Amino acid sequence: MNDDLDALKTETDAALAAAADMRAWDAVRIAVLGRNGSLTAMLRDLGKVPPEQKKERGIALNQLKEALTGAIEARRVTLEDAALDARLMTERIDPTLPPRPRDTGLVHPIARTMEEIAAIFGAMGCTVVDGPDVESDWFNFSALNIPAHHPARADHDTFYLPPSRGGSTPAVLRTHTSPGQIRTMLSQEPPIRVIVTGRTYRADHDATHSPMFHQCEGLVIDRGMTLGHLKGVLIDFLRTFFAISDLPVRFRASYFPFTEPSMEVDIGWNRRTGELGRGGDWLEILGSGMVHPRVLANCGIDPREWQGFAWGLGVERITMLKHGMADLRPFYESDVRWLRHYGFNPLAPTMLHEGV
Amino acid sequence: MKFTLSWLKTHLQTDASLERITDTLTNIGLELEGVENRGAALAPFRIAHVLEAAPHPNADRLRACRVDAGDGVVSVVCGAPNAHTGMKAVFAGPGTFIPGTGTTLKVGEIRGVTSAGMLLSAREMGLGEDHSGIIELPADAPVGVPYVQWAGLDDPVIEISVTPNRGDCFSVRGVARDLAAAGLGTLKPFAPSVVPPAFDGGPRWEIAFPEACPWIIGRTIRGVKNSPSPKWLQDRLTYIGLRPINALVDVTNFFTFDLGRPLHVFDVAKLTGGVLTLRRGAGETMRALNGKDYVLDPEDCAICDAAGVQSIAGVVGGEATGCDETTTTVFVECALFDPVRIARTGRRHQIVSDARQRFERGIDPALMPDAVEAATALILELCGGEPGTVTAAGQEPHWQRDATMRFARIAGFGGSDIPADEAVGSLERLGFAVRARDESRVTVAVPSWRNDIAAPIVLDQSPGLDPAKAAAAAAGCAEVEAENDLIEEVLRLRGLDAVPPVSLPRESPVPATTLTPRQQRTALARRTLAAAGLMECVTFSFMARSDAERFGAVPDALRLLNPIAADLDQLRPTPLATLALAAKRNAARGYSDVALFEIGPAFAVDAPEGQKLVAAGLRSGATARNWLTPQRPVDVWDAKNDLWTLLTALGMPLESLQVTAEAPAFLHPGRSGVVRQGPKTEVSYFGEIHPRLLLALDLPGPMVAFELNLDAIPDPKRRRKAAADLPAFQPIRRDFAFLVDATVPADNVLRAARGAERSLITNVALFDVYAGDKLPEGKTSLAIEVTLQPRERTLTDVEIEAACQKVVAAVAKATGATLR
Repeated sequence: MNDDLDALKTETDAALAAAADMRAWDAVRIAVLGRNGSLTAMLRDLGKVPPEQKKERGIALNQLKEALTGAIEARRVTLEDAALDARLMTERIDPTLPPRPRDTGLVHPIARTMEEIAAIFGAMGCTVVDGPDVESDWFNFSALNIPAHHPARADHDTFYLPPSRGGSTPAVLRTHTSPGQIRTMLSQEPPIRVIVTGRTYRADHDATHSPMFHQCEGLVIDRGMTLGHLKGVLIDFLRTFFAISDLPVRFRASYFPFTEPSMEVDIGWNRRTGELGRGGDWLEILGSGMVHPRVLANCGIDPREWQGFAWGLGVERITMLKHGMADLRPFYESDVRWLRHYGFNPLAPTMLHEGV
Repeated sequence: MKFTLSWLKTHLQTDASLERITDTLTNIGLELEGVENRGAALAPFRIAHVLEAAPHPNADRLRACRVDAGDGVVSVVCGAPNAHTGMKAVFAGPGTFIPGTGTTLKVGEIRGVTSAGMLLSAREMGLGEDHSGIIELPADAPVGVPYVQWAGLDDPVIEISVTPNRGDCFSVRGVARDLAAAGLGTLKPFAPSVVPPAFDGGPRWEIAFPEACPWIIGRTIRGVKNSPSPKWLQDRLTYIGLRPINALVDVTNFFTFDLGRPLHVFDVAKLTGGVLTLRRGAGETMRALNGKDYVLDPEDCAICDAAGVQSIAGVVGGEATGCDETTTTVFVECALFDPVRIARTGRRHQIVSDARQRFERGIDPALMPDAVEAATALILELCGGEPGTVTAAGQEPHWQRDATMRFARIAGFGGSDIPADEAVGSLERLGFAVRARDESRVTVAVPSWRNDIAAPIVLDQSPGLDPAKAAAAAAGCAEVEAENDLIEEVLRLRGLDAVPPVSLPRESPVPATTLTPRQQRTALARRTLAAAGLMECVTFSFMARSDAERFGAVPDALRLLNPIAADLDQLRPTPLATLALAAKRNAARGYSDVALFEIGPAFAVDAPEGQKLVAAGLRSGATARNWLTPQRPVDVWDAKNDLWTLLTALGMPLESLQVTAEAPAFLHPGRSGVVRQGPKTEVSYFGEIHPRLLLALDLPGPMVAFELNLDAIPDPKRRRKAAADLPAFQPIRRDFAFLVDATVPADNVLRAARGAERSLITNVALFDVYAGDKLPEGKTSLAIEVTLQPRERTLTDVEIEAACQKVVAAVAKATGATLR
């Protein structure tokens, strides 16, 4: 009685198997399930079936519908998969081709070193102070116990600008970052822990001197600060900055008008190879000392109550040492080849917890 | 300051090695600059006896010599014309390096005769230019002894740098004293005996300028014979780089270095009148001993006779009255001059002399009489003659003063626990005399040569200080300064390496923020621009004025009075100026496509507040060549993009900025813009570099640039953010194309659209700009996408349509635009 159903099933299975693409598959689907499809017709004709057979045929028709729908759907998935596979076979790129370019710039080594300096001294509680490049004679010299006739002035190779309106003393381009000390002592009460970083200028130009360079000045004023603390601060800084935990550090007596006692600080290295930390030679790296009582008094700080120390170091110099750079001049040349070689990733800034 | 080891040992009794001496010098603040030891290179050259110098059997010009250099007779072939039997010569054996020829000797055979060494000329030893023959030594020269030792050439020359505070160490004696105090031996006594005068007479002093010269003494010695100095004195001077002149002049130079006591000698026969007057200069011209003419200033101290100026006091003597081989009567000057005046005079005339160097640092005032006696004795020894009485004008100034040190302060200030006895011992060895001492403190008399200890205090206090605070600070300085001076001496002699280092105690468990908001902003700007593809540069703050003026104002106040080079004379008006030149340098190297930035100062006026911190960037040439993206020249939108990226990173609300089509003259007038916040605050500009500027400076083009004044960016407000606005309904997007006059800024259209229905419109984006044949002349089509964001429920078509009408109406009202 249901032979026609079996026949439709067999026929459809065969047609689906023969459908090689979606168009053929769709034709089969419409031929079976479409409005004029064979199965649709059989379902429509169910009403004409004698009542006693109706139930049985209805069940059979429903089973057939489910089976055919499933078979058609399964064929679709198969065909689509095959179609996708075929498409993917044609979609081949050469993965060795370069992507769209996206230039990344780099941070200048001076900025990087300044960042490292700020991170390390920042961990010791120092804040960073800025100051102007054009200074008055008082901030750059007089306040720092370098009066007009002092021989140290001659050593500074100062750049002068015409006197400012109404004045008679020329303005200067700061020869060191020490005026930042003075500005700090005048603007905040002790205790003080600051570093001053920035551009400094001296009329000198050769392989080891540039008319413009960068310094980092440090100033700590507190009760009971001794020369021992100064040594501690500098040893801690140098060993962290150069990442050499046993870097030899030597302190020699020296003279600066604004500190007393004054010390030059050397680190151990190998003069021949440039390797830091060992080698038996000494390299002068920074100047330091206990703040001179006249400097404190010039800024209204009573040296009986407060004492402290200051240091100054050359940013380029420690940068060259840390990274083994031979020449000072390229720092200001802006040669993109040099910048690309020595520059730093802007997205990996100095952070103590990631390592200096 | 240079001296030789043997010279040092005339003042210092010591067994210390050269190395220990030089290490100690560096440690105590007399930094070693270098040691030159000529003896080391010449050590293998020995004195030899030429037993026979026979004609070479096979060569006319050569001689076959038998030579004894102390360890057997060897055969040497010698080509020197002066080689002869019986002479004493300098011999070098096989294996010796010959400095003059740069070769190392080997045993050889010259035309059939063995040659196992060499007899040397001065040039071959590197001791001079003489190559006319081999060196012939006196007959009594000892055979086998190293030549340098016999000739006295093995005296190491030590050079130290003397800090400005240590005038006393511009003398061999001063250095010896410091070394002795540091434990390297004992200072030999110096007590010249008084040479009794044989007559009364000679020039007299008269001081008419006491501010410059408080005290001067002198002495005439007559009947002298002024010839070249003996070898020992010539050696002393030549070793340290001075040229021996004649005995009288050499004596003055000797004491300048030996005692740090400059002297001057006048030839009395050349002086006019019997009085030497110290007075202000009056515009006279004097020819100095260095052969140059100087015009004296009223601030200079001149030493004059009846004929005029004969010496610039303390700086340089005059040629007319100098001593030469004809001098028979000499007048020795020994003076005390004001250090500041000497420094000024030296600087004014640009004279650097050994005398100036010492006078401007301060001379030992108490040494003057002894120095004159010592000089007299040496002149009599070298030149004969008889001394006159010592004549003087002015008087010894009061230099005596005390200083007190509390022992507890050595640790409390110096950080080192040094026993009181050791501290006092150090001071005593330096010449300080103990005047009082108890458990807690010592008071010492400061020696006459240490003008750096307990010096008169000169303050230059800030005029803005509170008077009470200023007075307390000054009083504090007066109380501690001399003590600090003494602590420094005690620490220094022991070596500052001996002070135990102490790490800085923490003020708080976690340090506070290190950077100010402005500094944080600078750091963020740097990272943002680098991440955007620009290379950070650091260029000079100064540049050529003629270039600078193309980028902005170049006030005279910002022009250096003493530039190091003519092209580095003007403080730059913007970092862009120096960056542009950096791009040019790169182009010259073959890299014309660059993207550079700098964060640095721009200078407006000479006051500190005239300096701005600026972030500037530029791009030149074209984008990178790549197979995916066609290469194109950089354009103004690259510059605006860099700027917008930066402003966004810095948290500037872009919608609060006004951009207008005006910009500095160095930018393209039509392809540039100024960015303002509010009507006045100019924050930034961007644009294409003006083609005329490219041409004038030969810059690589095209070039686009921006500048942002970082000081104009407000500090971020520390406020909690409002809750995030995350509506549950999907936004609706509608496109509009408006036809506007080409002169209407696009921003006006965008702002009008955004303002049309503030509660609904959350974004307006311009996605197309068109101007061309299909449009009426002078019109531009601007296509925008408007985003409507429903909040309470989905919008009906009617509501959407109403919102769109509002957009059209608002844009039309604001700009005269019509829908296309």
